[in-house]
Amino acid sequence: MLSWTRASDTSTGAGVAGASFLDLSLRRLGHMPAAWIGGVIVLVLLAVALAGKAVAPFDPLRIVPADKLLSASPAHLFGTDDLGRDLLSRVIAGARISLLVGALVLAIAMSVGVGLGLVAGYWGGWMDEAIMRTTDVFLAFPRLVLAIAIAATLGPGLYNAMVAVALSWWPWYTRLVRGRLLSLREEEFVLAVVSLGAGRPRILLRHLLPNVATTVVIQASIDFGYAILATASLSFIGLGAQPPTPEWGSMIAQARSYMIDAWWYPTFPGLAIFVTVLGFNLLGDAVRDAFDPRLRSSR
Amino acid sequence: MPGPSRPRVARFILRRLALLPPLLLGVSLFLFVLTHLVPADPAKLIAGEHAGPDQVAAVRKAFGLDRPLSEQYAVYLGRLAHGDLGTSMRTNSAVLDDLRTYFPATLELTGAAMLATVAIGVPLGMVGAIGRGGLSDLLAQFASLGGLSFPIFVFGLLMQLIFFRWLEWLPLAGRLATGDSPPAHITGLYVVDSLLAGNAATLRSALIHLTLPAFTLALASLAPTARMTRSTMLDILTQDFVRTAWAKGLAPIRVYLRHGLRNAFIPVITILGLQVSALLGGVFIVELIFAWPGLGLYSVEGILALDYSAIMGTALLLTAVYVVINLAVDVTYAVLDPRIRY
Repeated sequence: MLSWTRASDTSTGAGVAGASFLDLSLRRLGHMPAAWIGGVIVLVLLAVALAGKAVAPFDPLRIVPADKLLSASPAHLFGTDDLGRDLLSRVIAGARISLLVGALVLAIAMSVGVGLGLVAGYWGGWMDEAIMRTTDVFLAFPRLVLAIAIAATLGPGLYNAMVAVALSWWPWYTRLVRGRLLSLREEEFVLAVVSLGAGRPRILLRHLLPNVATTVVIQASIDFGYAILATASLSFIGLGAQPPTPEWGSMIAQARSYMIDAWWYPTFPGLAIFVTVLGFNLLGDAVRDAFDPRLRSSR
Repeated sequence: MPGPSRPRVARFILRRLALLPPLLLGVSLFLFVLTHLVPADPAKLIAGEHAGPDQVAAVRKAFGLDRPLSEQYAVYLGRLAHGDLGTSMRTNSAVLDDLRTYFPATLELTGAAMLATVAIGVPLGMVGAIGRGGLSDLLAQFASLGGLSFPIFVFGLLMQLIFFRWLEWLPLAGRLATGDSPPAHITGLYVVDSLLAGNAATLRSALIHLTLPAFTLALASLAPTARMTRSTMLDILTQDFVRTAWAKGLAPIRVYLRHGLRNAFIPVITILGLQVSALLGGVFIVELIFAWPGLGLYSVEGILALDYSAIMGTALLLTAVYVVINLAVDVTYAVLDPRIRY
């Protein structure tokens, strides 16, 4: 990441004498309260996800029929579910799943989206036309509806749900990258490498990709929370993770039948999703504002 | 300044509508290919768990599932051209009839949610802009970020817990109470139909059933609307003509509404148009939670039963609705801002 950003400084002339673009942006980021709050939430989540079983009081899958639907108490801080499983342990196990989901969804969406965006933006012509008309089809559809439709056809399951969300997401990256590339293509440094005889793959991967990387990473940091939210929504509908997987959305779906008498059952997994998405949103917004101050004034 | 000429707007609308058929074709092709790439076998599901291979084969033949993919798609398109969306394998009735039955409920729900979005989101954004940097701004901004991050399905369940279980103010689910009979069908919107029929009891029942789902659905679209209104108002309130308005000694309410909000309309309508996307996505979840008999519930049940005709029909209808609404938004610009030409 460090070397990519440097490349963008020298090539676009954005670097300020003495301090790099990255230094300046990080300094700005450090002065934003939202960045700190979001950052702390995300760090805690990461720690919980990594520690997993080590911090969970019980096995998230351990069924104790005698303990079913116990309210929050010192023994079970978040209460228990309809099978007597400890909700705190299940919420903790869910943190790892949600972070992996966010990362995988974005990884798929970004590799497809950025790849096609590079091709469309650099080659142009009929290839550009074909790719962009395909994105039109995808964008003509409300994003969650598209994800639901794809997940529906792929069949229920966490992996299918992630693929579905990613497939509904890539066109946004394609548009972003293509737009950046259209202007980059005309820059002198590209002309310079072309005149030096560099081949297309080399120009694309060594010279253009690093320059769109910052934009893509910023977009990804904004999207991370929504990727988690969208996949949890699919799980809630019944198209994502299936029981007994301790996935937050699927836990809440299970909780629906019991919630009238057990408020804690849907509430704690629900709060977990809320805090997670909020953390990533705060951080993502702050990262965007810090790296692209022009956007800040327009908000 | 002359307004947009009528023929020009008409041409613009026609040009955009002409894009709809290829778009629907693309969507249908994509979903069609996808449904046939996956291993799940709808024939097995229809035939039932205990069906032998012969029965499954018979079902497959009856629904034309044994023919090559391209042929199946051609048959589907041929029927589609005649307005036939196929038969739902789950409800055993024509998908088009099903859509007709379920669509008004969804329309009523999303319409009410849109009203709530405008009625709450726009004032929230204005309060933020007027009291910039103050407590009200902070609260408004916090509320909108919170709204963006709160999962709609958790919000819906919490609303049910609070207003049904604890306060006992509002019903849990459905469009009407169990004893109520729906109003005579005119538009299919219960609120409108009971108003037209002058039936106060049904109107009341329809309204209290609509309240929770509509507010839940509005949650996701409230936040962006409030944010956009706030930032647009901030831009406008610093402009010269607003300073002039103040200098003329106009009352604050007049400055904010006549000079401020009126000029903020275009970006706000853009964002409202975009919210249709959020609303249509949220409808699936909200209808499921509140047992609201609309398209969302219809398709989620269809999805779980691998009812591909129903999925496809709903998807095509929603795409068309979405495109038409976006078009309506674009046309509204021209009406609101005569400088915009097409």
